[in-house]
Amino acid sequence: MTASSGAAALSAVVRAGRTGRGAAVYGVVGLALLALSIAAAISIGQAGIGVLDVWRVVVERLGGAESGLSPIREGIVWELRLPRALLAAVCGAGLALCGAVLQSLLRNPLADPFVLGVSSGASTGAVCVVVLGVGGGALSLSAGAFAGAVLSFGLVLLLAHTSGGTTDRVLLSGIAGMQFFSALTSLVVFLSADANQTKAVLFWLLGSLGSVGWTEVALCSAALGAALAVCLARAGALDAFAFGPEAAAALGVSVQRVRMALLLVTALVTAALVSASGAIGFVGLVLPHAARAVVGPGHRRLLPATALLGAVFLVWADTAARTLLAPRELPVGVATALVGVPGFVVLLHRRRGGLAGAGGGGV
Amino acid sequence: MSLRAERVAWRAAGRLVLDGVSLCPEPGTTVGLLGPNGSGKSTLLRLLAGVRPTASGVVTLDGVPLPELGRKAVARRVAVVEQHAETGADLTVRDVVRLGRIPHRGAWSAPGAADEAAVRDALERTRLTERAAQSWHTLSGGERQRAQIARALAQRPSELLLDEPTNHLDIQHQLALLALVVRTPVTSVIALHDLNLAAMFCDHVAVLRHGRVVAAGAPGAVLTEELIGDVYGVRSVVTAEGPGGRPSVRFLPG
Repeated sequence: MTASSGAAALSAVVRAGRTGRGAAVYGVVGLALLALSIAAAISIGQAGIGVLDVWRVVVERLGGAESGLSPIREGIVWELRLPRALLAAVCGAGLALCGAVLQSLLRNPLADPFVLGVSSGASTGAVCVVVLGVGGGALSLSAGAFAGAVLSFGLVLLLAHTSGGTTDRVLLSGIAGMQFFSALTSLVVFLSADANQTKAVLFWLLGSLGSVGWTEVALCSAALGAALAVCLARAGALDAFAFGPEAAAALGVSVQRVRMALLLVTALVTAALVSASGAIGFVGLVLPHAARAVVGPGHRRLLPATALLGAVFLVWADTAARTLLAPRELPVGVATALVGVPGFVVLLHRRRGGLAGAGGGGV
Repeated sequence: MSLRAERVAWRAAGRLVLDGVSLCPEPGTTVGLLGPNGSGKSTLLRLLAGVRPTASGVVTLDGVPLPELGRKAVARRVAVVEQHAETGADLTVRDVVRLGRIPHRGAWSAPGAADEAAVRDALERTRLTERAAQSWHTLSGGERQRAQIARALAQRPSELLLDEPTNHLDIQHQLALLALVVRTPVTSVIALHDLNLAAMFCDHVAVLRHGRVVAAGAPGAVLTEELIGDVYGVRSVVTAEGPGGRPSVRFLPG
């Protein structure tokens, strides 16, 4: 395909996504793409497992016919790669969804799921457990991270509330919380960690899907499902925020209630995801913009599209993280940016050339 | 009946911004809110829209206090156009007009045929049908205000509240915008700075100073040299040379 026909195909796809007719088709194609991506990602690696083998193992585990694979290879699919791929999908979907919601709610294209201090709090909680031994071995890294995330978000919310509760104050409070807990994390690592602990913490901070099991998949899926339902029910309210909270109120939105509900749900789902996988960057900041370029700014379509795009993206980014330098593994947060930035650069250029003005009113 | 304010008050940082204001627009008419900066025009509009609670007094719609109706029900009847709307979102004109249908939809329901019909109708009335697919950010100031009015009309309101909608527009667009508001068959309340525009387009004007109504009535009765001198502190000559014998205000230096 030549560059120009590629551009034409892309803008045709974009036009189809922006009209109503394409929506259902998009949903089906997106879900199929996600399922294929997960199956393909599982088959990639050293064990020589095919996409069909993945299918057979899933069928067997769900009560169907024997897969015919050796127990070891079956274990690789069911115990290692499938939960890992599913968690990648869930994390990608959740982070991208939260990013899209927060960007609209806070009217800031630079907002991401970590803007309210959740990931910094999680990292502080994690180093408290790993380095300082808080909890005396009874607390897992994930539990410590979750507690830290909830604590820091609570503090940010309190600060935002006491300082007036406007959009700007929420953002500034989040930044204050983020800086404070990052500093706290660095302080603990600097003062107390040995080389091994430092490496483990650093790896976790950059995101890792390496040591997940079905428990994490179940917990994070439940959080994502709840968040999707809550956010989709408020898609119209999010649209109404386009011209600011006053305009949203005049369109019948209960601004305070919607804002609090959405801040809470995005923070909780982010906390759950970060606790399981570390703070995976890029996805929540950039993929909502990519999804907007394809399906437009209406949240009824944007939120599911963003979630799907995030899921597919992170499945592939994690596959890259796991295989590019095999047998060494990259932190997935490094892979997301390495894989994602070139794609995003292309998208930015297409938008400037092919589509209607990308909006001068941004930041 | 319709929308009315009864002795409403509002306070900000301990200061009374509105102090016992009553307003009862006749259905279908255009009412101008006049008064210097800080006299409470915008605040009164926000109370009328129900987006701010009153400190005392009550705003009613068909006799029912706004808080009892609920925000969504109010937004199905009362639409607001701000003096300046800005967004970072990459919206088309149609996207903007569609926002007006939000109060008419449930949490989960997709836009239906009635929504699309209201949007189409609003675009036609504001002569924006050809611009519907164009990006909001490529519109001129006058077109943006027209799109906001189209969004407001898509709400299918019985009352339209406008806060200095002509502020950033050149004179041609000021006249066109107010003509559009006046020929729209709803009750309109418009905060305005320009006394001549108010005289020309409003059936009724109310003049605010320090949060109180100091004069109200037909423009010809209210806009006198004495009142203008008293409220704005400027000298003027008022003649009946406006269209249809309405007052025309000429300001004098010093």
